[in-house]
Order: sequence, then C-alpha cells, then structure tokens
Amino acid sequence: MEASPKKVSFSKLVSVDPRSPKKGNITINMTDGVLIPKKDTHVFNSWRTTFLGAIVLLACLLIFKPDPYLQILKVCASGIPVTFECTIFAIIGAIFIGLFCGLGSVSKHRILNRISGVYVELIRGIPLLVQLIFIYYALGKILHVEGLLASIISMAICFGAYMGEIVRSGIQAIPKGQMEAAIALGMSRSQAFVNVILPQAVKIILPSIGNEFISMLKDSSLVSTIALSDILRRGREYIARTFLSLETMLVVALIYLIITLMLSRLVGLMEERLNSNG
Amino acid sequence: MAKSKIRIENVCKTYEGKNEVHAVKNASLTVNEGEVVVIIGPSGSGKSTLLRSVNKLEFITSGKIFIDDEEVSSPDCDIRKVRENVGMVFQSFNLFPHLSVLQNVSIAPVKVKHIDRKQAEAKSMELLKRVGLADKANSYPNQLSGGQQQRVAIARALAMDPEIMLFDEPTSALDPEMIKEVLDVMLNLARSGMTMLIVTHEMGFARAAADKVIFMDSGEIIEQGTPSEVFDHPQSPRTQEFLNHIL
Repeated sequence: MEASPKKVSFSKLVSVDPRSPKKGNITINMTDGVLIPKKDTHVFNSWRTTFLGAIVLLACLLIFKPDPYLQILKVCASGIPVTFECTIFAIIGAIFIGLFCGLGSVSKHRILNRISGVYVELIRGIPLLVQLIFIYYALGKILHVEGLLASIISMAICFGAYMGEIVRSGIQAIPKGQMEAAIALGMSRSQAFVNVILPQAVKIILPSIGNEFISMLKDSSLVSTIALSDILRRGREYIARTFLSLETMLVVALIYLIITLMLSRLVGLMEERLNSNG
Repeated sequence: MAKSKIRIENVCKTYEGKNEVHAVKNASLTVNEGEVVVIIGPSGSGKSTLLRSVNKLEFITSGKIFIDDEEVSSPDCDIRKVRENVGMVFQSFNLFPHLSVLQNVSIAPVKVKHIDRKQAEAKSMELLKRVGLADKANSYPNQLSGGQQQRVAIARALAMDPEIMLFDEPTSALDPEMIKEVLDVMLNLARSGMTMLIVTHEMGFARAAADKVIFMDSGEIIEQGTPSEVFDHPQSPRTQEFLNHIL
C-alpha cells in the first residue's frame, strides 16, 4: 500500500530554501541562483549594505568629481529606458514561449513533448551570446527584422527555454494527488490543468519569473554588443569618444547594480506577500 | 438478488520493470447496491491498487471491471462519465489548496456538470452542514485540521451526487483524535444507503459498518465474508495471523 504520500525529490530542479518557515515554500532557481534577498533582520543586512554602498559611491563620484562622471551618468542613463523596454517585452515573449514549452514537456503527447525537449536542449547547450548573435543575424537575413524588435525576439527565444524549465518544474512541484483528485471528480485533464494545476503552479513560479526578469535585464547587455543602444552600448560609445574606459564602466556597473538590487528587493516583497496569503 | 454496482472479475495488475511486481493477482469481487464493502490487509497487499483501478486511476493488466454493467476496463468506455458517478476520497485528502472550502466542494459540479454557480454553492453549503463544517465554508484547506480536511474531501466527492463512493485509507493520515469524526461521517453515509468500497485499517469501523469484509494479502483476495465471519472465524491462517497482529 502506498503508506504515505511519497516525498518526491525535486532537488535537481528546485532548490528548497531551508530557511523558509512554511512547508511547500519552494523557490525555483534556474539561471543565476538566488537573487532575491534573504530575510535578515539586521539593520545592515547584505542587501542594504550593497545598495547603500552603491548609492553612496555614485553620489560621491558625482559630487567630488563631477567633471567626467556627471557627463558619463547622463549618457549612460539615457540607455535605461531601452534596457527596460527590451527586457519587459522579451520577458512577455519568453513567458508565452515558456508556457507552451513547459506544457509541452509535461504533455503525454509524444511529438509535442519531443519538440519542447529538443528546443530546451538546443538552447541550453549553446552560449547565450552565440545564440543571441546567431538569431539576431538570422532574423535580419530571413525576416528582415532588425534593431530593438530583433533583440527582443532573440532574447525571448533564448529565455523561453529557461522559462519553460521553470514552468515545467512548477507544474511538477504540484503533488500528483491534485491531478488525481480532479480527474476522479470527472474533470478532463485539460480542465484539471486550468482549474487546479496551473493556478497553484503560477504561485510557485512567480518569484522565479521575477528572478528571471532580473537575469534578463543583466543579460540584455549582451545584445548591446550587436544592436541595442542600451546602458552598456552608450557607455562604450562614450569610451570610444573620450577614452575614459575605467570611469565609464564604473558608472555602467553601478547603474546595473542599483537597478537589479531594487528589482530583487521588489521580487522578494512579492514573494513574501504570496507566502503570507496561505 | 440485489443489483451489482461494482463487479471486479479476475483482475491482475503488474508493474513492469526490472523487478516485475504483481500488485494484484486474479482478484474478483462484487459490491451490490447499497452495500458497504471493506478491504483490509497488510501494507503492500494491493488493496489501494485494486480500489484505484475501479475509477481507472490505475490501469489493470488483465481482467474486467464493471460499474452498473458498463465495462470500465474496456478502452471504449467514457471514463469521465463513470467518474462523475463514482466519488473518491484519498488518504492525503488532496483538497485544492488555492480554493476555499466552498469552492473546493462546488468546483466539480460547476465545471463538469455545468450547474449554475449559485445553485452549486447552495448545495455545497448543505453538504458542508452534513459533514459539520458549514462555518468553515470560507476558510482555506491549510487552515483546517486533518479531520476537517477529510470531511471536506468527502463533501467534495458527494457534491457530484455519486452512486458509489471509494475510500482509499481515509483515516491513515490522521491523528488518532480526528479519526472518529471522519468515521462518523462515513458511518452516516453508509446508513443512508450509499454503495461504498473502502480500504482501511480501522477494524472497529469495518465491523460496525461493513456488509462484507475482504482480506487481501500479497495481491490476492484471501478471504471474504461478513464481518463476523472474517473477524471472528477466519478460515485462512494468513487472515488469522494478520488479525492477531493488529487486534
């Protein structure tokens, strides 16, 4: 007899935070590991220390050496909207692709299953930068799509695979009994998926999607090597004009750091709220 | 002769793999209308597998299973229609944690039978009253005790107006003090004339509620009969040994 509901090991897919107080509090980390700040009640926890450090450093640079730094900040900050635009649209695309890919990889339909499997293997096996450049040029050559749109599409395709893995592990983290209970009530598998499995899976994967967003924001700098006039590109253009390489890169790094720290805090708050709602 | 609701004929279930496991060997049994049949036996004896194959949560390797003279084991059978008519209660409750108690009970009638939500919720409230949990309608499953969750699970299964109820070790995951509240609900259900097939380790319940007790060991049905036949005058030495161990 199945003595007790078996604990399935998700350790390969999911890292369960040992500090999380409640059961079923699963965090899925795919690309960069935990970006979400951990609960730390100390006034100067690591997040605050880093964030304050970055702000103070940037402020000092601007106040005490406004000569190159103010100019550099102005130039680089003008790339922020481009970075965000690219990341936001790309993640929407990636979520769509990831949903299909994730559903495909848990599907019993052999062909769908194979397609999403091959897609994931293909994407994961090629360095991100190589893929991005390849897809970018392929899009330009075949569909004559260029610039921002091409960058968004290539990022969505690349991150769709990771998103698919997140969706898959989110679905697989739902105990088998949920599907059984739903179909035992007379629901079809698709009804059970829509009404029972997906709503629960979404709750599990939302923090990971937030995490993925942060990763994408950083990795969008890769696209700037080919097309995007984002923060990094602006900086590099500035270097080309002024040869102030170290100073410019310092500011670029600080801008990225401050943005990602703020976002990771946001994702952390979102996760806390999700967990407190049962 | 009473009408048979569930008829299991020579059912075998083999798990394939390196070590073939014969979970169920040539099992046959009948549950008549209004009858309460309890399957007992040691862990790993194939009780749950047999129960779960009735509504096709497990696929059997050979044999036939009929519900109301419809062969559920045949590939042409519309199993969803059958499942609407066969309620199931699980060991681990399997309530939907993202839905309130009321939504848990009313979701299947709304989604499967397309009953109006208001109407379904009114009926669900009645069922919750019947299991003594009307005041918990707006709670969420994780706010309830195990016994309460299992009573909600029973109400959820009843919401589809099933003619048959299957119970897969409904009290095995419960603390001792909560077992009684669940068994009481099941006893009431049995007295109301529901056809029930139950896998349990609660011998007191089996004796009180069952019309027929079936003893299974290593995938085989060893003995079946009325509670007094099986409990008081077991024929097979394996039944005797099992009863000695647990009583």
